[in-house]
Amino acid sequence: MPPKRQLRVGRDWMYPGQAKKLLSDAIKADKEEQQQHLLEGHHQHWIRRYVFSTDHKWIGIQYGITALFFLLFGFGLMLLMRLQLGWPGKSFEIMKVLGETRAPGGILLPEAYNQLGAMHGTIMVFLAIVPLAVGAFGNYVVPLQIGAPDMAFPKLNMVSYWCYLPGGLVMLASFAVPGGAANSGWTSYPPLSVIATQGQTWWILGMVLLITSSLLGSVNFLVTIIQLRAKGLTWSRLPFFVWAQFVTAFLLLLAFPPLEAAAVMQLMDRVAHTNFFLPSGLVISGQILGNAGGGNPLLWQHLFWFLAHPEVYVLILPGLGIIAEVLANNTRKPLWGYRSMVGAIIFLGFMSFVVWAHHMFMTGMGTTISAFFQTTTMIISIPSVIILSAFFISLWGASIRFTTPMLFALAFLPMFGIGGLTGLPLGLSAADIHLHDTYYVIGHFHYVVAPGTIFAMFAGIYYWFPKITGRQMNEKLGKIHFWGSFVAINCIFFPMFAQGLAGVSRRLYDGGEQYAHAKHMALATNPFMSVAAFTLLVFQLPFIFNFFKSMKWGERVDSNPWGATTLEWAAASSPPLGHGNFEVVPTVYRGPYEYSVPGHATDFSPQNEPDVAPPPPSSGILPATAVAQKEG
Amino acid sequence: MDSHATTHSAHQDFEIPFNVHARPDTGLYNAKLGIWLFLASEVMLFGALFSSLIVIRTAAPHWPRGWEELNVPLATLNTFVLIASSVTVVLAWANLRLGNLKLGKIFIGLTLFCGLIFMVVKAFEYGSKFAHHHYPSTNNFFATYFVLTGLHGLHVLGGMIVFAYFLTWGSKMWFTERARFTNRIEVVGLYWHFVDLVWIFLFPTLYLL
Repeated sequence: MPPKRQLRVGRDWMYPGQAKKLLSDAIKADKEEQQQHLLEGHHQHWIRRYVFSTDHKWIGIQYGITALFFLLFGFGLMLLMRLQLGWPGKSFEIMKVLGETRAPGGILLPEAYNQLGAMHGTIMVFLAIVPLAVGAFGNYVVPLQIGAPDMAFPKLNMVSYWCYLPGGLVMLASFAVPGGAANSGWTSYPPLSVIATQGQTWWILGMVLLITSSLLGSVNFLVTIIQLRAKGLTWSRLPFFVWAQFVTAFLLLLAFPPLEAAAVMQLMDRVAHTNFFLPSGLVISGQILGNAGGGNPLLWQHLFWFLAHPEVYVLILPGLGIIAEVLANNTRKPLWGYRSMVGAIIFLGFMSFVVWAHHMFMTGMGTTISAFFQTTTMIISIPSVIILSAFFISLWGASIRFTTPMLFALAFLPMFGIGGLTGLPLGLSAADIHLHDTYYVIGHFHYVVAPGTIFAMFAGIYYWFPKITGRQMNEKLGKIHFWGSFVAINCIFFPMFAQGLAGVSRRLYDGGEQYAHAKHMALATNPFMSVAAFTLLVFQLPFIFNFFKSMKWGERVDSNPWGATTLEWAAASSPPLGHGNFEVVPTVYRGPYEYSVPGHATDFSPQNEPDVAPPPPSSGILPATAVAQKEG
Repeated sequence: MDSHATTHSAHQDFEIPFNVHARPDTGLYNAKLGIWLFLASEVMLFGALFSSLIVIRTAAPHWPRGWEELNVPLATLNTFVLIASSVTVVLAWANLRLGNLKLGKIFIGLTLFCGLIFMVVKAFEYGSKFAHHHYPSTNNFFATYFVLTGLHGLHVLGGMIVFAYFLTWGSKMWFTERARFTNRIEVVGLYWHFVDLVWIFLFPTLYLL
C-alpha cells in the first residue's frame, strides 16, 4: 500500500516537493555536466571565460570587437564634420543628435566642431587602429604563429584589455561633461589645452589608462616573442608579421612613457595649477592670467611627438606585417627579400625615435635642429621604401589569387606609397613652411592610415576570419566592400592634396570658405568629398553584414583554407578557448614562406612539416635535410 | 566556436613554458625578462621627467638652490633608508634561495619597514612645505619637486603593497611552488632597486644642486 499523497519516483515513494527537488537537482546536474563538457573538462565560470578571460584568443576577439566599434564611432564623428565642411552653416536633422548645446537647430557650433575633431583623432589612433592592429591581431595571431600555448603573462593580458576598455569609456563619457569632450586637437597643445574645458582632464585620465594598457601589452608581446617561440622557430624563421609586432611592441614600450610624463604634468597644470607648460605673462581673452609662469609650451610638443612619431609607425608596422602574410599566401611564392625586410623594419624602429621634431619645423626651434630632423626624416624613408619595394617585387611573375584579403593587400601598396611619398615634402623644412597645417598634411597621413592601415586591417580580418570562426566570409560581399571602399576613400582624400597646396588650413570650421584665394577650391571639392565620405559608409554595410552573417552561416572550412605555411594554420580552426593552442606542440623545420617548392607535393610547405625523406642519390641534388642543416 | 567539439579531448592542460626556469638561449625566465623591459619603460618615464626639469630649469631666470628650500638632512636619512632596503631585499631573496622562508620573510618585512619609514619621512617633508605655503602652484621649482618626488613616492608605495602581499597571502606559494615564489621576490627586488636608483638621482638633482 503506497503511503498517502506520495508519488512513485523510480523505486521510491516520496512527497511531491521532494520529487520536484530531485528532478530539479537532476536537471541542474545534467546542465552542469553539459557545461563541463562545453568547457572541455575545465570548470570555469562564464565571467572568467568571456569577460575576464585570460585566453589570448578571446582577449584578441574582445580587443577586435571593441576596436571595430570605436572605428565606426570615430568615423561617425568625422561624417558629422564632413556635413559641416561640405555645407557650412546648414541645418541637418542628424546633427541634432549632438544636442542643443553643440548644434542648436541642427547647425554645428565651432566649439562642437573642435570637439569632434579632437575626439576623431584620439579615438581613431588610440582606441581604434592601435587596439585593432596590436591588441586584436597581435593577441590572436602572434602566439599561434610562434607555436606558443598562450601569451607569457595571461593575467597581464587580461588587465591590459581591462585598462583599454575603461580608457575608451572615459573618452566617451567626456562628451557628457560640461563643456563637452576635449577640444584642443588630438595633440592637446598647451596653453590652449591647459585652459580648455573640463573634457581635457577626462582626456588625460583616459590617456593614462590607455598608456597603462599598451605598456602591459607591449611587455607581454616582447616576452612572448622572445621566450615562447616553438622549437626550431629561430629568429630568421619568424613570420614577418611577428617581426612587425616585435618592433611595434618596442616602440610602444619606450615611446609611451614620455607621453605619460607629459600627461601627468598637463594634469598637474590643469588641476594643481602648476606651470610646466604655461609661460609667464599669459593673456587670455584680454585678461592677464596672473599665473606663476616659467613653463614651456614647446616642452609638451617635444614630449608629445616623442611618443606620437613612433606611434605613427605603431599604426603602420602591424599593417605591413599583415600585408606580408597575405601577399606571400596569395602569390604562392616566397616573399622577396625577407632578410632585408627584417633589417629594414628594425632600422625603421630605431630611426622612428629620432625624427619627432619634424612635426615642429614651424615652432621656431632654429635651422640647425630643423636640418638635423630633416636629415633623419629623409633617412627613415629608406627602410619604408625597401619594404614596399620588396612587396612589389614579390608580385613579379606570381600567379596571383585575387581573393578579398589579397585585393585589400594589393590596394594597400599604392595607397601606402602615395601616403609615404607625399610625406617627403613635409619632411623638408622649407617645403613644410607652405604645407604645414594645411589639408595636404591631412591627406598625407590619412593615405597612410586609412587606405593604408585600415585596408591592411580589412585584409587581416578577411584572411584570419576562417581561423577565428572556422567559417569563411562571403567573397562576393567582400569584393563589393573592397571596390566601393577603394573608390570612395580615394575620392575623400585625394582632393585634400589639392586643397592643401592651395593653402586651405586644416583647422577651419567652414572648410576654407573664408580663404579668398582658395575659396573656389573649397567650394568645389568639399561637397564632393563629403558625398564620398557617406558613400564610404554605405560600402561598409556589406562588410558589417558579412561579418556577423558569416560568423553563424558562413561556409565551413577546414583548419587551413588558404593553403598557408605559418604555424597558426597548424592549430585547429577556431582553436578552443583556454586550452593551449595546438594538439601537438609544433616543431618548426623551415622558413615562413616556402610556397611552390619544386618537387613538393603541394604548393605550400608548412613550417611544422618535417623534412621529407631524401630523394635517391642518383638525382644529383642535395637531400632536403642536408640543405636544411646547411641553412639552419 | 563549435566546430571542435571532437578535438578537445586531445588538448592537455597547458603550462606556459619558461614560467619558472630559464630558457636556455636567453638565460632568463619570463618574469625576469618582463621586469627588465618594464624597467626600460620606467627609465623612459623618469628620463622624460628629468629632461623636462632640465629644460625648465635652464630657461628659468631664477631657480632656488635645493638646500635653500628643502630639508637636506631628512632626505639624506631617506637615502640611507632606501639603500638599506635594497640590501634587505637581496638578503630576502638569498635566504629564500637557501630554503629559509623564515629569514626570508623577516627580510621582506624589513624592506617593507624601510619603505614605510621613507614614506613617513616624506610625509613630514610635504607637511612642512604645505605649512610654509609652498604648493606645486607656487613656482616651477616646487612643481618639479612635488611631481618628481610624488611619482617616485607612488612607486615606493606600489612596491610596499607588493611586499605586503608576499609577506602575507602571497607567501603561500612557497609551499606549492618554491622556485616560483623565490623568483617573484627576485623580480620585485629588481623593481625595488630601480626605485632606489631613481631616488639616488633625485636626491642630488633636487636637494643638492
